[in-house]
Amino acid sequence: MTTAQKSVAENPIILEVNDLRTYFFNRTSTVKAVDGISFNLRQGETLGIVGESGCGKTITALSLLRLVPKPAGRIIDGQILLNGEDLLQKTEDEMRQVRGRQISMILQDPQTSLNPVFTIGNQVREALGMARKDSSKGMRTRAVEALRKVNVAAPERRLEDYPHQMSGGMKQRVVGAIAMSCEPGLIIADEPTTDLDVTIQLQYLRLLKDIQQNTGLAIIFITHDFGVVARMCDRVAVMYAGRIVEHGTVRELFNNPSHPYTQALMASVPKLEERVDRLYSIEGQPPLLSNLPEGCRFEDRCPYAREQCISEYPPHFNVEADHTADCWKLDPTW
Amino acid sequence: MQRYIIRRVAQGLLAVVVISVVVFALARVSGDPTLVLLPDEASEEQIANTRAEWGLDKPLHVQYWVWVNRLARGDLGNSFKWAGTPASELIIERLPATLQLSLFALLISGLIALPIGVLVAVKKDSGWDYAGKIFAILGQSAPSFAIGLILMWIFAVQLDLLPTSGRGGLSHMILPGFTLGYYNVAAVMRLTRSSMLDVLDSEYVKLARIKGVPEWKVIWKHTFRNALIVPLTYFGLIGAVLLTGSVVTETVFAWPGLGQLVIEAIIARDFTVVQGVVLLFAFIYIGMNILVDILYAYVDPRIRYA
Repeated sequence: MTTAQKSVAENPIILEVNDLRTYFFNRTSTVKAVDGISFNLRQGETLGIVGESGCGKTITALSLLRLVPKPAGRIIDGQILLNGEDLLQKTEDEMRQVRGRQISMILQDPQTSLNPVFTIGNQVREALGMARKDSSKGMRTRAVEALRKVNVAAPERRLEDYPHQMSGGMKQRVVGAIAMSCEPGLIIADEPTTDLDVTIQLQYLRLLKDIQQNTGLAIIFITHDFGVVARMCDRVAVMYAGRIVEHGTVRELFNNPSHPYTQALMASVPKLEERVDRLYSIEGQPPLLSNLPEGCRFEDRCPYAREQCISEYPPHFNVEADHTADCWKLDPTW
Repeated sequence: MQRYIIRRVAQGLLAVVVISVVVFALARVSGDPTLVLLPDEASEEQIANTRAEWGLDKPLHVQYWVWVNRLARGDLGNSFKWAGTPASELIIERLPATLQLSLFALLISGLIALPIGVLVAVKKDSGWDYAGKIFAILGQSAPSFAIGLILMWIFAVQLDLLPTSGRGGLSHMILPGFTLGYYNVAAVMRLTRSSMLDVLDSEYVKLARIKGVPEWKVIWKHTFRNALIVPLTYFGLIGAVLLTGSVVTETVFAWPGLGQLVIEAIIARDFTVVQGVVLLFAFIYIGMNILVDILYAYVDPRIRYA
């Protein structure tokens, strides 16, 4: 385990995101969905992005593909360096070459991710054709191959099936096959197992892990499930109200959660060995992304909050090497 | 699929039977044809003779039975007004003109409305979208006789580009065809727009973009085919709107079709002709609906198995 982690930590960095800001402009307000986040990712590494619904996880993912819903949403600042090239400087046509071939994504809901009026074969072949055109027979063989890689049983026979003839778990495998068909270096998995049964979830996660080990794929895993993080990820970024508030290796973060929000999130995960009358939940609501406070965004829900937290947003404090948290509590002068 | 078609056809036939009763009853409520068709100075006896000749002296259920029996043999009965000419002959003579106009209007609605609907959905909230909205509101709220007269005034009277009325070549079809199709253009356009917007928002369209599918293909393959289901349903109803709507348009443009025929027949209380035309309209209406249901099942594979 440690040797595997070490080798990942020495791999080249393939993705570097610097101060990314994605805002939504409505007539009356500006929603700061992603408000200055930075992280990087190495080849073969898995980064978990954790946070509650509406904290900007999915918009971060869509920003990386430059598929933020237009015209309201716009990436207004930052850099997304993929193998050293800034995706934000690319034209729409160049960006299309990136999508599917270099960065791909698995969406949350397998029930609606596949087009209901085309066969599975058609949709897988289309994805394959983005990278390389082939004879129709060659395409068919490659489509069968792609389905076999994600453990779809008897793939030759499933090619003519429509999505509604498949189970949810099977559909999500097909979505996985589509995402991986052009062998991208990076896959963003946006809560891919949330809508699956627990046993199917486990199979799916194992499958992703296997494929990663065979191909050296980097994965950004968006989830709100710490169990999945522990199983899948090398590092974790905890997002809150459009920012990454804590960032570190899985081991560090689990052993020493340093941001009060991370601590609260972890406390709200039910534990088997404890019997409690009420499950723990964090008091209050996250701030509106259209009306963010000047200071720390967690301040009004935080048990430790002081004057300083209201007036000024904290910088990234180092907890350990490779572990930072945005909290004034970590300031030596606190 | 076969069972599905059989079931739809059986339902359609049942509807035709019901309509035949309704049409028969309604025609008889409208008044007595002898009062319109015979001269004012006709004697009581002449009137009674004519009524007997046309079978109007018998009880209603007997009249209906006679009519249905003849229908079964393909005989609509003879016209009262056009002295003994079979109603079927009159209808067949006028049918091509109406079909020509309706199909032309249908073609216009499809060819204009679908692409514009897609365009305004893709360019949502732009100038295109607003222009489309105004165009649609006009089409759905202005009555077709007003549109017809305005178009006639602009293009035929003022600009002298097109003929004012009558049936002839393609140039004669443009004004009535557009007048007849405009309402549908507007409706189909709006349906296409909203249905496109729904589908553009879907996860599978997002996935298509993530795959790197070019935008034109995202729109015309992934979105349009799914979005088509809604306007397609509407096209079934259009068949009826076009035929019945043709009554007004044909009158405005003096188009010698079924619409004109039925107006003349109604005024003369010419039961056999009115019944014949309405029954034909019903047939076409129901036939179009069945056709659309079948097309629907073809476009959306999920329906085939339901």
